[in-house]
Amino acid sequence: MTYAEVFRAEWGQVVATLIRVTGDWELAEECAQEACAAALERWPRDGIPAKPGAWLTTVARNRAIDWLRREAVGAAKLQEAAVLTQEPAPAYDVQDDRLRLIFTCCHPALAMEARVALTLRTLAGLSTAEIAKAFLVGETTMSKRLTRAKQKIRHAGIPYRVPPAHLLPERTPAVLAVLYLLFNEGYSDVVRSNLSTEAIRLARLLVQLMPDEPEAAGLLALMLFHDARRETRLAADGALITLDEQDRTRWDGVLITEAEALLDRTLQLGRPGPYQVQAAIAACHATARTATDTDWPQIAALYARLPQTPVVALNRVVAIGMADGPAVGLQLLEQLSTDYYLLPAVRADFLRRLSRRGEAAAAYREALELATTDGDRKYLAKRLAEVSVPS
Amino acid sequence: MKYLLLIAGDESAEAHANDGCDGWSEEMIARGVIEGGAGLHPPTEATTVRVRDNELLLTDGPYAETKEQVGGFVLIDCADLDEAIEIAAKHPAAGYGTIEIRPILELPPGVM
Repeated sequence: MTYAEVFRAEWGQVVATLIRVTGDWELAEECAQEACAAALERWPRDGIPAKPGAWLTTVARNRAIDWLRREAVGAAKLQEAAVLTQEPAPAYDVQDDRLRLIFTCCHPALAMEARVALTLRTLAGLSTAEIAKAFLVGETTMSKRLTRAKQKIRHAGIPYRVPPAHLLPERTPAVLAVLYLLFNEGYSDVVRSNLSTEAIRLARLLVQLMPDEPEAAGLLALMLFHDARRETRLAADGALITLDEQDRTRWDGVLITEAEALLDRTLQLGRPGPYQVQAAIAACHATARTATDTDWPQIAALYARLPQTPVVALNRVVAIGMADGPAVGLQLLEQLSTDYYLLPAVRADFLRRLSRRGEAAAAYREALELATTDGDRKYLAKRLAEVSVPS
Repeated sequence: MKYLLLIAGDESAEAHANDGCDGWSEEMIARGVIEGGAGLHPPTEATTVRVRDNELLLTDGPYAETKEQVGGFVLIDCADLDEAIEIAAKHPAAGYGTIEIRPILELPPGVM
């Protein structure tokens, strides 16, 4: 591992411990930064220590004590420094610290964009500049967003803790939602795929920290199934390649096997939830040898078990259309009371498969108007051309 | 931590003005988290005061014309935001109106 990789791997733990010990988010980050700088001086000479996390935490903690002593203008700060000095050296591997940090970063009293930014900065150790780039905002804007979030945590008294058991059912989904948003931000955009990598890394951590939470494992399995197909989703020209036309031999078998095993273990706990159901749907796709082997009736049944948001309802109709034919699908589509932007694309596909080319072309044109990504637009344009040429 | 719960609602909330708090106050007083509070007459009874260039300016009505208006307030003292959220969520007004939780600005000792 390079030094940078070690820092990234240990960052969350160092910051999480320092926040617990000092109660000061800014100070914790600064001291973690200084510990990394100190490591860059020492490690080339002494080698990477056996427990780099412990090394970094100790250095960071000593920096914090120094700082609090230096800045001790009032009795309160002196007292704080005194407490810190007396406390036994913190165990560097208190796992709860990172879990505390996750739950605090993802507290529902923070705006979603603040939660995402804070999680990437304090837990994943991305720099403010990296986060700003990933969310297409200036570094100053992102820096302000992070400062505001930390300020709210301090001023509003958001506790630094893992919520008690009775709050977990409402608070765990908030954490999972942040990780899934992060994953999707990276998945929908090749340039930002590092966000998906971070999301998977954080989901792995969450599964490790909350082994009894089936939805955390469900989310990780879902991400792994999707990630296995990452390389085959886009053509060389950036056009979207739909599932049925992806090169299945290029799907990442190692990831799929891992996701399957994880999902199997998790489903056996008998506490299903939306992420596990979505992972089960992804598993149906990932394990079908060919597109025609896909178990569409099973997929349709799984979609029926999810909360019927517009996108879920639409996906269910797609699955039924694949299982029972485009005519059935088209009929169900007319009954959907949604103006979700992907609806015309689905209608266009049913019409194309029914060889109603004129109507299909009109629907593809409508879908093109509503498309949000370049990949989608290129795919739809290609289909439109197909149904437009005389056969 | 001290928080002010600002209890707000639209005009329909006025119907609840004399409802009482359905045991909420008793429960929270027994828990020792209430420092004070009251219900308010509607914003039509409000007088707004400003002093500009030593001139007293009075306006009939609330300081901001919005759909939702403050109808009551409670000052609480509890462990953290999670407890404040739990207390606010139990208040009957959370079921028909909106409760804003504002942390009280803690001034350094000696500043009044």
